[in-house]
Amino acid sequence: MRQVAIIGLGQTPVREHWEKGIRELAANAVLDALEDAGLHRVEALYVGNMLSGLLAGQENLGALIAETAGMAGIEAIKVEAACGSAAASFRQALLAVASGAVDSAVAVGVEKLTEMSGTATTAGLATAADSDYEASMGLSFVAINALLMQRYMYEFGYSKADFAPFAVNAHDNAKYNINAMFRYSVSMEQYTNAKVICDPINLLDSSPIADGAAAVVVVPLEHVGRYPGQAVLIEACEIGTDTISLDNRENPLQLKGVQRSAQKALKTSGKSHKDINIFEAHDAFSIMSALSLEASGFVEFGHGLKWAAKMNIGPGGDLPMSTFGGLKGRGHPVGATGLYQIVEGATQIRGTAPSEIQVPDARCAMMQNIGGSGANVTTTILGKL
Amino acid sequence: MDIPRTWRLRDQRYLLQGNQCEECGELYFPKVFICHKCRCRSLKDYQFSGRGTVYSYSTVYQAAPNFDAFVPYIVALIDLKEGPRVTAQLSDISPGEVEIGMPVEMVVRKISEDGERGVINYGYKFRPPIPLEE
Ligand SMILES: [Zn+2]
Repeated sequence: MRQVAIIGLGQTPVREHWEKGIRELAANAVLDALEDAGLHRVEALYVGNMLSGLLAGQENLGALIAETAGMAGIEAIKVEAACGSAAASFRQALLAVASGAVDSAVAVGVEKLTEMSGTATTAGLATAADSDYEASMGLSFVAINALLMQRYMYEFGYSKADFAPFAVNAHDNAKYNINAMFRYSVSMEQYTNAKVICDPINLLDSSPIADGAAAVVVVPLEHVGRYPGQAVLIEACEIGTDTISLDNRENPLQLKGVQRSAQKALKTSGKSHKDINIFEAHDAFSIMSALSLEASGFVEFGHGLKWAAKMNIGPGGDLPMSTFGGLKGRGHPVGATGLYQIVEGATQIRGTAPSEIQVPDARCAMMQNIGGSGANVTTTILGKL
Repeated sequence: MDIPRTWRLRDQRYLLQGNQCEECGELYFPKVFICHKCRCRSLKDYQFSGRGTVYSYSTVYQAAPNFDAFVPYIVALIDLKEGPRVTAQLSDISPGEVEIGMPVEMVVRKISEDGERGVINYGYKFRPPIPLEE
C-alpha cells in the first residue's frame, strides 16, 4: 500500500444553518478543500453522513454531493457509521488512494440536524443504538451515556464536579476557533449547576446539536510536490468495533472498540503514546472523554478524571485535548464530526492554528471518532512530513 | 413503534424469552443466532426468571417524541440473576429511591404510545420485588 497525505482542508462554521441544506454545506466544504489543495477535481468522493435519510428525506448523497461540487460523473458513495460516519468515510478515501485504485480523493462529512424539530432529532440520534432493545425501550442516546456515567461514578467514587475539566477546557479552546458553535468560557459553578437532561448528564456534559460540513483532499505521498497545498502525512487510520448495545458488554466501562481501534492505529503508525502530542477524543459527553483516555491507553482504567484534574489537557499541557473546542465547544454535527477533528489535527500539524490554541511543536495528533456508544470507532494518527 | 416489530418481538417483550446454547449452555438475552462463546448454531429458547439487580440507572428528563409524555422516567441496566444484562425502564419507584445493586423483578407495563390513534406498546419493565403473601 502507498503512503497517503492530506493536502487540502475545508470546513463550514458549525452553526444552526437555517438557510443552507445538506448540498450547500457539503459543497462549500469540498470546494474549500479543493481550493486549499490546488486541485479542480478528484477521482473519488466519500461522503460521511448519519441522518440525511431520516431528517431530510435524502439519501444517495454520493451522486448528490459530487454533482453539487461540480464533479458529476466521478465515483461517489455515502459511508454511514452513526456519529462516526465522517472518519469512516476518511478511511475509505485513504484506502482508495493507498491501494492505487485512484490518485486523488475527497472525504467530506456533512450533517444537517436542524432540518427537523429537536425531538425528531433526539429520535434520529437514538438510531445509533440498538433499535429493538435500547431505543424502543425509551433510551435516548443521552440516557445510554448517563448509564455509563452513573456506573463510573459509583465504581470509582467520583463526584459530578470531577468531570468539569473536560467541559471547561473545551470551552476555553472553542473561544479561539472561529468555526466553533460556543465561543465562550464556562466556570466550574456553571458546569455543576447546568440543567439536567438525563441524570447525571447535564447540558454542559453534552455536545450541542448543530449543522456543518468538513472535508479533506488526499493524494499519494509521492505526488504531494505537484500541488500547492501544505501536506500532512496520514500515519494511520483504523476502525475497531464493539457490540452495539451496552448490555452485551462484559464491562461497559471498558470501551473495547476504542481500545481495538487505538491499538491498531498505534501499531500501523509505529508510534507509542509518548509520541502523541494531541488527542482529539470523541467528547460527545464528558464521560466519553474519561473512558476514551483510558481505553486508548493514555491513562489507567478509572484514573481519567484524576489525571484531567491536574489540567494537563490545555494547549500547553502534557496531552492537549479538544484543542479547537472538541465536540463540546466546537459543536457536534454528528456525521461531519470526524472530519472536523481531522481538519483540526492537520491544522495543528501545519502549525496554522490560532496562536492561543496552537500546540507548540505539534508533530503527531490522534483523532478518535465514535459511532454509537463505543460501537464503531475510527482512530486516525496524523504526522508532520 | 410499528406493529410488525411488536409482533416479531412478542416473546422477548412479554415473556423475557432469550435462548441457550445447546453445546456449552451459555444463556443469552436478547436471542443470538450463533453462540458467542463456542460458535455453535444450535440454540433453544430459554425463559428468564425476571429477577435481577440494578447495574446502573438514569432519570430521563428529555426524550424522543413517543416517550415525551412519560418524562421523567427511569431507565436502567439490569443484571439478570441467570447472567445476561438487560436494558429496561424501572417501574413503581421514584428517582430518589433507586440504588445500584438493589434487587428488582420483571413486570409487563406500557412502554410507549404511537400517538392518539396508534398502537400502545407493552413490554418488560423492572420494579422492586413485591414479597409473595404467605
Ligand atoms: Zn456455546
